[in-house]
Amino acid sequence: MLDTKKVGSVMIVGGGVTGMQTALDLADSGYYVYLVEKTGAIGGAMAQLDKTFPTNDCSM
Amino acid sequence: MTLSEVTGIAGDAGNFTVTIKEAPRYVDVDKCIACGACTEKCPKKVDSEYDAETGKRKAIYVKYAQAVPLKYQIDPDACIWLKKPGACGFCEKVCDAGAINFNDTEKIHEINVGAIVMAPGFETYDPTDAKVWGYGVFPNVITSIQLERYLSASGPTEGHLVRPSDGKPVYKVAFLQCIGSRDENLCGNGYCSSVCCMYAIKEAVIAKDHVPGLSTSIFYMDMRTHGKEFDQYMERAKTDSGVRFVRCRVNGVEPDGDNGDLRLSYVNEDGRQIEESYDMVVLSVGLQTPKHVLELAKTANIKLTADNFAATSDFAPVQTSQQGIFTCGAFAGPKDIPHSVVEGSAAAAAVAELLAPARFELSTDAVFPEEREVAGEEPRIGIFVCHCGSNIAGVVDVEAVEKYAKTLPDVVYVERNLFSCSQDTQEMLVQRIKEQKLNRIVIAACTPRTHEPLFRETLKAAGLNEYLVEMANIRNHDSWVHSANPVAATTKANDLVRMAVAKVTFSSALQSVSVPITQKGLVIGAGISGMTAALNIAEQGFAVHLVERTDTLGGNALNLKQTWSGEHIPTAVSRLIEQVTNNDKITIHSNSQVTKVEGFVGNFKSTVVDEKGVRTVIEHGAGIVATGAEAYVPTEYNYESITSVITAIQFDKLYELGEMHVRSANNFVFIQCVGSREKDNMYCSKVCCTHSVQSAIALKKEHPQRNIYILYRDMRTYGQRESLYREARKLGVIFINYELHGKPTVTENGSSIDVEVWDHVLHRPLKIQADLVILATAIRPLEDASDLGKLYKVPLDGDGFFQEAHAKLRPVDFSTDGMFVAGMAHYPKPIEESVAQALAASARTVTLLAKQEIALDAIKATVDKEFCDGCALCVDVCPYHAITLVDVDSMNGSGEEKIVTVNKAQCKGCGLCQGTCPKRGISVDGFTMKQINAQITAALAA
Repeated sequence: MLDTKKVGSVMIVGGGVTGMQTALDLADSGYYVYLVEKTGAIGGAMAQLDKTFPTNDCSM
Repeated sequence: MTLSEVTGIAGDAGNFTVTIKEAPRYVDVDKCIACGACTEKCPKKVDSEYDAETGKRKAIYVKYAQAVPLKYQIDPDACIWLKKPGACGFCEKVCDAGAINFNDTEKIHEINVGAIVMAPGFETYDPTDAKVWGYGVFPNVITSIQLERYLSASGPTEGHLVRPSDGKPVYKVAFLQCIGSRDENLCGNGYCSSVCCMYAIKEAVIAKDHVPGLSTSIFYMDMRTHGKEFDQYMERAKTDSGVRFVRCRVNGVEPDGDNGDLRLSYVNEDGRQIEESYDMVVLSVGLQTPKHVLELAKTANIKLTADNFAATSDFAPVQTSQQGIFTCGAFAGPKDIPHSVVEGSAAAAAVAELLAPARFELSTDAVFPEEREVAGEEPRIGIFVCHCGSNIAGVVDVEAVEKYAKTLPDVVYVERNLFSCSQDTQEMLVQRIKEQKLNRIVIAACTPRTHEPLFRETLKAAGLNEYLVEMANIRNHDSWVHSANPVAATTKANDLVRMAVAKVTFSSALQSVSVPITQKGLVIGAGISGMTAALNIAEQGFAVHLVERTDTLGGNALNLKQTWSGEHIPTAVSRLIEQVTNNDKITIHSNSQVTKVEGFVGNFKSTVVDEKGVRTVIEHGAGIVATGAEAYVPTEYNYESITSVITAIQFDKLYELGEMHVRSANNFVFIQCVGSREKDNMYCSKVCCTHSVQSAIALKKEHPQRNIYILYRDMRTYGQRESLYREARKLGVIFINYELHGKPTVTENGSSIDVEVWDHVLHRPLKIQADLVILATAIRPLEDASDLGKLYKVPLDGDGFFQEAHAKLRPVDFSTDGMFVAGMAHYPKPIEESVAQALAASARTVTLLAKQEIALDAIKATVDKEFCDGCALCVDVCPYHAITLVDVDSMNGSGEEKIVTVNKAQCKGCGLCQGTCPKRGISVDGFTMKQINAQITAALAA
C-alpha cells in the first residue's frame, strides 16, 4: 500500500440519514465526496416517517 | 448522483474505479425549477412508493415535497409518452422552463475514489406472502410504514386516521409485533429488527393524539425498548397515554363480519382464549436487506452474516471484509436512527484514517472576486421580481409589482425574471449588479430558507458583500396562500417588496468572523471508547491528549471476556492499548483529571492535574468525553449476605478460573434487570440479557445436564443477537418471565438457595433450588459526571448520563460546540456500539481540527457600549453562554463599570439578547433595531 497513491475522494452508496452523515463529515474534513443514490432524491426511509421519538419532531 | 447504481468495482483500498449506471430522469435538472405544472397536467396515476402505496403519484413526479434535489423525474414504467411516443406529452407542453427531455438516455460513469462506503439501507418486510396476517386481502390490515403515512400531514389523508376500506374513523387499533422478525418459519428472518417495538409505541401514542379516545393495543413477545430514554417513553405510553400492552404472539388475523372489522384470537397470560375485534390492524414489519443490496454486496465482494447483513468485527464495526470498503447503517445490522447516524460518522472516521495522506488533495474552495467597498455610497437598490414560472405570475400581477417597485426610494433598477434562481439568471444578475453599480439587492421570489444561500453566492460573485441582499417571499407567503384572491395578493406583494426595500436600505456589509483552531484533540477517559477515538484522531494525523483517571488503560473492558459475537475481548484490548501507547501523536496523562476549562470551540484550554498535583494546561480545538460508566453494586436478592449470590462480572471471573463452586454447581439461576428498569433507574442497561444468555450457553454446552434458569422481564437480545437466544432455548435453558410487581425472592436454605418466582405458564409459584444465583446488574453513570459536565458546560440527562445535542440527528455532539461524547458516558452499550460512537466522535472532532480556522456566520450580537449599563439581563437569556459581564474603565473616567461582551464564536445570532435588552445596548448584525423599525414602519405605511 505504501507505494500506491491514495485518492482523496470517497464514494458513498446510499443517500439516507446514514450516508448523508458520512458524506457531510467527509466533505467537512477535506475529501471530495460522490454520494450515489438509487432513487430520484436523497433522504431515505427517514423522510417517510411522520414524527420521531422522543420529541415528536417532524422527521423532515 | 441520483437514479444511480454501482455496477462494478475495480482496484484496491486507496484507489478504486467504480462504475456507475445512471438511469435517465427525462427531466433536465439544470432547467427544472420544480414548479409542479407538469405533475398537475400528467394524466397517469400510479401508487406512490413514498406513501407506501397508500396514495397516488403521477408518472412525472417529485419523490416528496421537500426532496433534494427538488427536481422532477419521469417514471418510464408509467409514462404514456415513453411507452408510445407522441401519445401524450402534456408535461412537455406546460413546462415553461423547457426541462422535459424524452430522449434522455442511460449514462455510464467511471469514477476514481480512494474508498467506498456502503450505506444502502434496508427494506421493510412484505407480509403479503405470509398470508396469515391477511395483508393484501383485508384492506384494514396495514403495515407500520403505511400507518406513518396515514399519520403524516403530508400523507394521503393529511394526517386523518381513517380506515382504508371505507374511510370511516378508527376507534380500535391493534399492533402486531415481530412481523418479519424473530420468525424463521414464516419469513426466514430469525433476527430481531431492533426498531419495531419503539416505533409501534410511538405510532400508538401519536395515533391517540390524532384520534381522541382511540384504543390501542400492542401484542408483543418482549418489549425491546433498550435505547436511551426508551423505557421511560414506554412507561409514559402506558400510564399517560393509556396504550395497552399484551404479551402474546397473535397467530393470525381473520375478518369479523363483512364490514371490514378484524378479529384476533389469542391466549392471554392467564391461559384463557380471548377473541377481540378491531377496526384496524397494524403489522409492525421488520427490516431486511433488499435483493439489489445483496447484488451490490456480490459486486463489492463483501461477506455477509447468516442474516444477510454486512459482516463486521465488534472492534471495527464499519469495516467490511474488503479493505477500503466500509459500511454503516441498517446494512450492517438492523438499527435505529441514532445508531445509524453514529455509524455514518464512524464510517467517515474509518475512511479518513485510510485516506489521511490525500486529505485536501481533491476538495475545492470556491474563489470570489474582491469585495467592493459600499459603505460611503448612497443606496442604489436593485429589485428582481421572479415569476417562478406561473407559480407567482399566475396569481400576482408581476408587472404591477415591477411598476410599483420603481417608485420606492433609492430603487434604481427593477427587472422581472421567469426564474430568478436559474443558472442563466444568476449570470445576468451578476452583470446587472456590475453595470448598474447596485449596492443593495432585493429578490422578490420565494423563501430565504432555501434560496438565500444561492443569492448570497451571486452577490459574492458580483463583488458585493453577501449580506446586502434581502428576500421578499411573494410565493410561499403570498401567491400560494392567496391564490383565490389575485388583487389582494398583488397588494401584499407590493407590501412585502416595500418592507424588504426599507430593511435593505439600512443593511451594511458584514464580515464573517473566523476563529483560528488549535489542531489538537483531547479525549477524557481511556476505556475502549476513549482509546479508539484517540487512536483514530492520531492516525488521521492530529496530536491528541488522552486523560485517564486511573493508572491503567482499558476501563470496564478489562473485566469482560467476549463480545456478543464471541470475539475475545482481552486480546483486542491489549492490542488497542499497545497501539495507543506506541503512537507518538498520543500523549497519555494517567492518574489525571481535568480540573479547569477555559475557552470555546477551536480554542479550549483544559487544566489537567495528576496524582502528585502537577498541573498541565492542554490547548485543544475540540474534546471528547468518554468517561464511561460503572457497575451497580446490588443490595437486593440478599447479595450482601449469601455468598453464592454473585454478579455477572464476578461469575465471569470465577468461571474463567474454573472455581470449584462454579464447576460443581448444577442449578444456576440468572436474575435479569437487577437495578435496571425500575423506580429511579428507569432505563435498560442493554448488555445484560445477551451476557446472561451467553453464560447460560457456555454452562449448558459444558454439561448439558445442568439446570439453567433465566428469570427475565423482557429478553432483549436485539438485532442479530437473537441467534444466541434461539440457541439457548434449543440447548434447554429455561426462561421464566417475571413482572416488576412479582419480583423473585432469594433465600438461603442450608447449602443451597431457594429462588421463588411466579410461573406464568403453570400459573403457580415456582421454587427453584439453586446452587448459584447470578445477578445481571445494571450499568450506572459515574457519580461525579456532573463535575466534568459543569467544566465543559455539557448537560446530563435525567438518569445521570451525558446528554447529546439531539437524540436522533446529533447523537455524538454536545450542544456546546466542539465537545463530543462517546461510549457508556452517553448510555450503557455493548462494545461495537461504543467503538462506533468513538469513531464517530473522532470524525466529528476532525471536521474541526482539519481546518486552520473556522469561518462563522456574520449574523452576531454586537454590544453598543454607549447604551449597555451592565444590567446583565441578556446574560441569563443567552442559550449559548456567549455573553459575559465584565468590568471596564468607565467612559467618563470615574472608575470601573460593568458591561457585557459577546463571544462571537459562541453567539448564534438568535436575537434573544436584543429582544430582552431594555436599553438597546445589544443588537444582532443584519437585524438591527434600525432595520427592523424601518421594516415595520414600511409595513404600516400602506
